[in-house]
Amino acid sequence: MQEGALLEMRGICKYFPGVRALQDVDFTLRAGEIHALMGENGAGKSTLIKCLTGVYPKDEGEIYMAGHDKAVTIRSPQDAQNIGISTVYQEITLCPNLTVAENMYIGRTKDSFTNWRKMNQGAGKILKDLGIPAAPNQQLSNCSIAVQQMVAIARAVDMDCKVLILDEPTSSLDEQEVQKLFGLMRDLKAKGVGIIFVTHFLEQVYEVCDRITVLRDGQLVGEYVIEDMPRVLLVSKMLGKDLDDMADIKSESGATADMSGTPVLEAKDLSSNAGIKPFDFSIHKGEVNGFTGLLGSGRSECVRAIFGADRVTGGTVKMDGKDVKIHKPLDAMKSGIGYLPEDRKGDGIVGDLSVRENIILALQVMKGFFRPFSRAQAEKFADEYIKKLEIKTASSDTPINSLSGGNQQKCIVARWLLTDPKYLILDEPTRGIDIGTKIEIQKLVLQLAAEGKSVTFISSEIDEMLRTCSRLIVMRDRKAVGELSGEDLTQSKIMATIAGGDKQ
Amino acid sequence: MPKDIAVDKQGRLAGRPGMSDTNLLLTITVLVFFVMYIAAVVFLKGGFSKPQSFLNILNNNASLIVLSCGMSIVMITGGIDISVGAVTGLVCMSCAVHLELQGGSILTALLLGLGIGLAFGIVQGFLVAHLGIQPFIVSLAGMFFAKGMTTIVSKEPVRVTGESFLALKNIRVTVPGLGSNNKLGQYVPAYVEVGVIIALAVVVILFCVLRWTKLGRSFYAVGGNNQSANMLGINVRRTKFLAHVLCGLLAGLGGILYFLHVGSGDVANGAGDEMNAIASSIIGGTLLTGGVGNIVGTFFGVLSLNTIKRIVSTMGFDEAWWSNITVAAMICLFLVIQSIILMRKNKK
Amino acid sequence: MKEKRSNESFFRRLTRHQLFIPVAALLALVLFNLIADPSFFAISLKENSLGNPVLSGNIISVLDNASELVLLAIGMTLVTASSGGQDISVGATMAIAGSVILRLVCGGQVSADTMQAPLFLAVLAGIVVTMAFGAFNGALVAYFKIQPMVATLIMFTAGRSIAAWINNNQLPFINDVAFKYAGTFLPGIPVPTPVFITLFMILVFWLVLKFTNLGLYTQAVGINANSSRLNGLDPKKIKLLTYVILGACVAIAGFIRVSRSGSINYSRIAENIEMDAILAVALGGNSLGGGKFNVYGSILGAYVIQFLTTTLYKYNVPSTALPAYKAVVVILLVVLSAPVVREKLSRMKKSSAKTAKEVA
Repeated sequence: MQEGALLEMRGICKYFPGVRALQDVDFTLRAGEIHALMGENGAGKSTLIKCLTGVYPKDEGEIYMAGHDKAVTIRSPQDAQNIGISTVYQEITLCPNLTVAENMYIGRTKDSFTNWRKMNQGAGKILKDLGIPAAPNQQLSNCSIAVQQMVAIARAVDMDCKVLILDEPTSSLDEQEVQKLFGLMRDLKAKGVGIIFVTHFLEQVYEVCDRITVLRDGQLVGEYVIEDMPRVLLVSKMLGKDLDDMADIKSESGATADMSGTPVLEAKDLSSNAGIKPFDFSIHKGEVNGFTGLLGSGRSECVRAIFGADRVTGGTVKMDGKDVKIHKPLDAMKSGIGYLPEDRKGDGIVGDLSVRENIILALQVMKGFFRPFSRAQAEKFADEYIKKLEIKTASSDTPINSLSGGNQQKCIVARWLLTDPKYLILDEPTRGIDIGTKIEIQKLVLQLAAEGKSVTFISSEIDEMLRTCSRLIVMRDRKAVGELSGEDLTQSKIMATIAGGDKQ
Repeated sequence: MPKDIAVDKQGRLAGRPGMSDTNLLLTITVLVFFVMYIAAVVFLKGGFSKPQSFLNILNNNASLIVLSCGMSIVMITGGIDISVGAVTGLVCMSCAVHLELQGGSILTALLLGLGIGLAFGIVQGFLVAHLGIQPFIVSLAGMFFAKGMTTIVSKEPVRVTGESFLALKNIRVTVPGLGSNNKLGQYVPAYVEVGVIIALAVVVILFCVLRWTKLGRSFYAVGGNNQSANMLGINVRRTKFLAHVLCGLLAGLGGILYFLHVGSGDVANGAGDEMNAIASSIIGGTLLTGGVGNIVGTFFGVLSLNTIKRIVSTMGFDEAWWSNITVAAMICLFLVIQSIILMRKNKK
Repeated sequence: MKEKRSNESFFRRLTRHQLFIPVAALLALVLFNLIADPSFFAISLKENSLGNPVLSGNIISVLDNASELVLLAIGMTLVTASSGGQDISVGATMAIAGSVILRLVCGGQVSADTMQAPLFLAVLAGIVVTMAFGAFNGALVAYFKIQPMVATLIMFTAGRSIAAWINNNQLPFINDVAFKYAGTFLPGIPVPTPVFITLFMILVFWLVLKFTNLGLYTQAVGINANSSRLNGLDPKKIKLLTYVILGACVAIAGFIRVSRSGSINYSRIAENIEMDAILAVALGGNSLGGGKFNVYGSILGAYVIQFLTTTLYKYNVPSTALPAYKAVVVILLVVLSAPVVREKLSRMKKSSAKTAKEVA
């Protein structure tokens, strides 16, 4: 172990079926420091945390703790608690049906009996010290989400831990509560506790952290001291582009778009129950535009609202100048909109069904219950797109979940191309698929635009967006904060807009 | 629905915190019971006002009280066990055959009954907790297995005539201070049977277990949120397993109480009691989705259910089918209410 | 050596086929009966009580008695596929259907010698009533998000009582020969009518699956409700629809059952049949957790179960003890299909293959 290190993870590997979630990752935490763990979605932050806390078993690598001679074995969250690692997860991992006090104490007392009075007193004192507006004997689900998150933090803090892990704890807290949390973190730091802080908010990192470790695609990018790391450089590290490489790539598709006519789709003050601020949006014939921003900035929620995937709570939508009402996905489909969702497994593919059935699904639903395609017709459609998009599958009868991620994604693209939409939304079509397919999909997007279709393309990889989009809407904190087009479409400009704050 | 608590400038609570789900549902149950019973006393004939007729609800349902307690515990962990009625019947029949035809002693019969219940609990608990099979399928199979076994043990009804058993069965514990005058004007003290004492003891013990022990609180935590409970450091599998074992054991005890009440083994014994137990638990404020429930509520659930049955029959609907339809209607009503409460919460 | 390997892969392909379990079970039963007593398969032409020559024998009785179960298995397969749960109220709703039909054909009398209402109308009324109860179950499942088995518990509890209530708790009896045609024999035809009704219903379902999108929609909703919604389907409506279809199946099964005897016993009719229906679905190689289904597997499964029942009867196992045997079969099936057990088994296979290799 290094001098002054509190926790060391060496060569951590974690495999999920077909995916290398973590590959040979090292991480060092020193006593009395706040250490940010950064990376885009899917970079492996949460997996690393879960390997450390015993939620997932790690496949390779070792974990060392100060005060233990040998590598420690952590097989369950209980083990992690016992050696002094306490964690606050991104989702609230408390029991909503128990009281606030119970949630702070359950699972970590040795006694077989519960002394409610003692527990409530203890909890009351902590709640008061931390200024959390909750009573110990109150049911947790009666508290606001922010208070619940603070209770989770209170539980972790009270555990006399050596290592405190905060996995995106601030997403549900308001500014005041965040400041309270930061005060608490500084107190603990002074007491010598090591804190791992995972967040997407750059401002917060620069406010409290001492060091940053950046992960990308399951691999370690590097560990940096905060003073040596300007914001734009950090964003470039997370997104995987060095400053030197940031040659500006002009969009090739802008020329074909006819920006003067009536927009194909025009939305005003659109908002949904997913919590995005009302936004305006329009797209013209043959145009490719995109939403960009860090994870959780609201880019997916915007397109979901357009497609009617979340419940729309306000605003108007016009297609080709005419008002349309989109209450549910079928309304959008009938108006000529196609939507490839962000979560391929959860929202995209229908696992056990065949490639053929997956491809014809959307068109079939539009055609109607009593008018199924004949087997021959369905096979013709499927074979046409298997050939066109070069989908690698044994046959059109193969279950889609036995295909690789990239080929699955191509099937979903095929599904929507088959419906011949006027406007196609592709939300992260390139995530988690091989590089070759990524390029094919980008080419396809440009080709579609040239054919006169409008496409909204969302990707975490900025150079993909630059290559395809002629206009980018930048999101931050569930709000559209800027729109870039033409000369402004450069990597550094986008990053600066995403990062906000300082203009380096 | 703004449930956020008003906070004054120092960040302290202003006003009282909201009631927990468990207490809210418990309060509703107890209120429903008293309103119903008082209404019956005031508006209906049929002797609702006599202390003995109230105690008879207990005498007739000592077994159901115990079964419902077990059901509630499993339901609090988010599971269900529909084998309890059939296990009751199997225990009755086995005890009767053991006592009457094999000449066994009361003690061995007692152990036999508890053993059968425990065996069902252990097997079902293992399948549910460790193999991850749906509790409903497991206990459905358990129910049919127990039903089939009952007829294998004996198809004919077996009436127990042993003197020591009858003596135990006929013990009547008079309740001091309660009683009424019969038609001849004589004062008859009100009584309860032995089973009721045992059932009440079970209610008190389980109430304490659920309220004050680590295991009891783990039941709630697991039912509230499986994954969270694991992250909070609770052994989820063990907790679920123990809930089913406890439920099986209580089904065995319930069977013994049933046997003590009717004094014979019959293939019809305990039939449909799983429904009564589920209905009692649901009426008593146990949520099917787990995490919320209270043994005292379940106790009042049993009382409410049987009071309703009596009211329905007193009002002239005394055909057998009305009782089942009433039970089903009660389950349906409370299920829908729960579902609506839950959906509103999720939306929040 | 090479040949052996191809044999192995053939064997493996065979065992992994969806219909492997029901076919293997059927073969095992046939083999058992052939060895134990070949006369099991004897079919003879006998005169029935009406003096018509009819076929009789164990095989005929399997085909005949499995009819209700086959119909239920079809509907149960759809419900399982769409909602990932089973309807345990089918036996009770069969009683309701039978009760409605008998009430109409007896015209409210306790016994009738001729039908008081057209049979067609009575059956139609039965179908409408059970479809309504199916819709009730489906609504609880789809719109109130109650687990299927718990939601159908309500009708499981109340169904037989409602059936009794419909006929004022009397046991109506109809003596009209024409009413019993559906449950026994048509004049001049030696094969039991339920066999034809079942074949007709299987044909209907084959046509429905061919000429509508019922199969595709049900499976899509059962496998991935989110994805289905984003493709324009309404998962709630489709779940509801499958429960309504099951209601129709239940009505026809109930009709066959009451027309066998022309009477009804509310607490005994179709007792424990829900267990058999669930077992048929599982035996047909369908996952009880929903998703992809093969309705023909379930149909085969239903015949296998009836074959088992008839065999057990032949060896004097009392009908009341049957549930115990079937419960053991159900538990074995679900244990073998549990993900945890499957994982362990495949690991065991792998390690044994490894040791075999090392030995070689």
